[in-house]
Amino acid sequence: MSRYTSVTDTDLREMLDVIGAATMDDLFADIPKALRLQRPIELPGGRSEQEVHEELAGLAARNRHCDAEVSFLGAGMYDHYVPSLVDALTGRSEFLTPYTPYQPEISQGGLQVMFEFQTAISELTGLPVANASVYEGPSAVAAAGYLAKLETKRTRLVASRGMHPHSRAALRTHAAGYGMEVVEVPLDDRGATDPAALTEAVDDDTAAVFVQQPNFLGTVEELDELAEAGKATGALLVCAADPLPLGILKPPGEQGADICVGEGQTLGNRLDYGGPSFGFFAAGERFIRRMPGRIAGETRDVDGRRGFVLTLQTREQHIRREKATHNICTAQALNALAGVVYLSWLGRRGIVELAELMLKRTHYARGRLGLEAINAGPVVREFAVRVPDLDGLFERARAARVNPGYRLGRDYPEYEDGLLVAITERRTKADIDVLGTLLGDRARAGAHA
Amino acid sequence: MSHDPRRDEDTVTIYERSRAGRRAFTAPELDVPDVAVEEILPAAAIRRRPPQLPEVSEPEIVRHFTTLSSKNFHLDEGFYPLGSCTMKHNPKLHERLAALPGHARLHPLQDPEHAQGALELMWRLEGALGEIAGLPQVSLQPSAGSHGELAGLLLTRAYHQDRGETRTKVLTPDTAHGTNPATVTMAGYEVVKVGTSPDGEVDLDDLRDKATEDVACLMLTNPNTLGLFDTNIAEIAEIVHGVGATLYYDGANLNAVMGIARPGDMGFDIVHFNLHKTFTQPHGGGGPGAGPIAVSERIEPFLPTPQVVRHGGDNGSEPRFSLDHDRPRSIGKLRGFQGNFGVFVRSYAYICSLGGDGLREASEVAVLNANYLKARLAEQGVAEYLPVAFDRTCMHEFVLSGRGARDKLGVKTLDLAKRLLDHGVHPPTVYFPLLVEEALMIEPTETETKERLDHFANAVRAILEEAAEDPEIARGAPYTTPVRRLDEAGAAKRPVVRQGMGENPGSPERAKNRPAGAAGAI
Repeated sequence: MSRYTSVTDTDLREMLDVIGAATMDDLFADIPKALRLQRPIELPGGRSEQEVHEELAGLAARNRHCDAEVSFLGAGMYDHYVPSLVDALTGRSEFLTPYTPYQPEISQGGLQVMFEFQTAISELTGLPVANASVYEGPSAVAAAGYLAKLETKRTRLVASRGMHPHSRAALRTHAAGYGMEVVEVPLDDRGATDPAALTEAVDDDTAAVFVQQPNFLGTVEELDELAEAGKATGALLVCAADPLPLGILKPPGEQGADICVGEGQTLGNRLDYGGPSFGFFAAGERFIRRMPGRIAGETRDVDGRRGFVLTLQTREQHIRREKATHNICTAQALNALAGVVYLSWLGRRGIVELAELMLKRTHYARGRLGLEAINAGPVVREFAVRVPDLDGLFERARAARVNPGYRLGRDYPEYEDGLLVAITERRTKADIDVLGTLLGDRARAGAHA
Repeated sequence: MSHDPRRDEDTVTIYERSRAGRRAFTAPELDVPDVAVEEILPAAAIRRRPPQLPEVSEPEIVRHFTTLSSKNFHLDEGFYPLGSCTMKHNPKLHERLAALPGHARLHPLQDPEHAQGALELMWRLEGALGEIAGLPQVSLQPSAGSHGELAGLLLTRAYHQDRGETRTKVLTPDTAHGTNPATVTMAGYEVVKVGTSPDGEVDLDDLRDKATEDVACLMLTNPNTLGLFDTNIAEIAEIVHGVGATLYYDGANLNAVMGIARPGDMGFDIVHFNLHKTFTQPHGGGGPGAGPIAVSERIEPFLPTPQVVRHGGDNGSEPRFSLDHDRPRSIGKLRGFQGNFGVFVRSYAYICSLGGDGLREASEVAVLNANYLKARLAEQGVAEYLPVAFDRTCMHEFVLSGRGARDKLGVKTLDLAKRLLDHGVHPPTVYFPLLVEEALMIEPTETETKERLDHFANAVRAILEEAAEDPEIARGAPYTTPVRRLDEAGAAKRPVVRQGMGENPGSPERAKNRPAGAAGAI
């Protein structure tokens, strides 16, 4: 009997009797003999809980995580503090172990959470309709592309190079399926999307324009201006946003974005080496019947009591099948719960205070490091600089257990010497000064050479 | 679930609990010079009105969400035989392991040199999944089953393009999950439905007719959504491969055959796994999941980037692991980073705990439990109202038709499902697959005891007996749940999908007297 099953020999006999089978093997008679695996599956034997714990803890110990070094890595996922109440609430079996709420009468907790989550996302993005989550950031961008195709019947997508490289890659991958071409628009010398190049890139066949706020280099984009340029020929404006800085940044929905999507990890979710987190998807009212994924709605029961249900399901794959607005089924409900608990914890004033703290530390860090900026424009949580000897910096930093940030060269050959530095509320002035000193040491070393 | 249905207070939202001035968060100290926001950001970029997030204290947040949680039925509470969803026990060990800082606090862009444990875990999980599927090459990247399906069709497209072929159609059986046809459209293909034979399998004649040179793929679930193993699978593979198409395995039902039969040996080219079904990732009320794919060698060049690569380790040396981003024929990226790593941790722990023999036993017991429950529901007093749709030995799940109950008792499958809620069990999947009238799709899984199965069978029998006396009881059910039947049509007609903020949402008067669908309607 393996750890999680409970059939005793007596059970087995009784159950086979009721079934009318002689042996367990009889139950598999429909599988042709030639297709049966004639050997045991080649995996190690089962182990005790303690042994499995030791094995996986051993693997975990070989990872240098964010408590084991001072990390300035960001580039899409950020080392934010997750308050203890998020762990306590998301760890409750009542949230952790149900399926998607197909039976609303016994799923009111999960459904009301979705409704409250949708409200929070709507508030942050400045758009009236949000769904209950999609997988994560870059695939949410691709989902927006599919909506734009269904809405406009056009065939081109125009994406700023300020979009996360993974978002542009996911967009290209998905667009290859739904049959659209993806064109990129360069950044200007301040590290912002070039509005003139955008104007030139859009045409009558452009379904959507994609920008990111703040963009991959950390620059706060002038969305108003990009909206004017990008939407001139009737394309939709899709803005991918980091939701946390939206505490102080003007919401994309107020600056012309038709759709706002993004990566939700910064809202109370762990780094988890890249997932699971959640993606969010918000849009203008006119797109409500083209939205992907689950949407919770408020209603009443037969006794007049307030309640919540999954609504507008005729958009979805299990009803509409090949005519569905997206194929998504399982999304990221538990991670979205973490998001709305976190946002409730921050609250209306806390989100502003936290965003301002990041802004001021980022401002300090850019000055302290004293390096040539790749993006001289305004930044809130992340910035890109040129480092004359990146390899040397990383070597010195490694010994000091500091991770200086993300090297831009792989994704942006034009910034081969580029370093992307992320600041969160966990990176103190002292941490920033350590990085500054590491860079300063190099300068001094260079001077003596 | 412990809920007093008279407590109206329970449905108050977190926004309605908000009172100006309350808070839970305290910001860390500002340890850098205080520069005014206006000096750093241009005026045009600054938000003028903060987002209307709730203002609540920590105790109230905890109480609010705990109260909400009490209104969820969940797997740790009771039997959850939701067909096609494989609601097996979620071991608690997995949560502890996923929360270890080396997993939970690892940045996805950490230098692979400093993420060797994570990469090795992924590499080992890939190996195990490949062995279970009988297909050697694995990508863990897709985020869920439907994302894995999309990956499979994008791979198929890339494979055919590489051979200079253009194909426009994808075949799906009429019993397919809704995600299959939705995926086909998203991947730019046209859906062609294949019929089902009288014994519940793919109609081979129909398949032969429709398998033409412009078909790219057949998407199949085996065992299929009727819970039946398609005995003609070898012939199906021959027909599909005969026209140069790929054969895709929807892994939703893999729980029936682990260690017993492998999709790769059946002729499938591409398989997706639902780690949140077969491999115990807790479902979370609708995710997260993960949908890795395993493919044959001919599909391998097109797998998404990055791929985990192992170096050395053959002659007793320490192996090293890296991420290969340079794959010129790859379909690219389906999402950011490496996939839902936290899910990989849980599923790998599960595979380690059970081992090869344990996985096989899990499948055997899943099939035993399903056949036992099917037999219990075939007894007199049940079978005349809920006949099994296809009377054969089933695999891990089976489908009943509620036609008899509807015609003889005036009680529909929906009523039966709602009345089951009053018995403290989750109903089966209902009204799917579509070709069975009033369908009930039942998947007990291997982690249930015989007593739980008996309780369910007895509850179904009791409901039918009760309905024979007074069908109104089932028609009006449920009675003991936090809310009763909800107006779904009304919700869709006039959608209220967010909290209204037009007036103070925290006003107690407003919460109490709130008319249905007042604020927030669009």
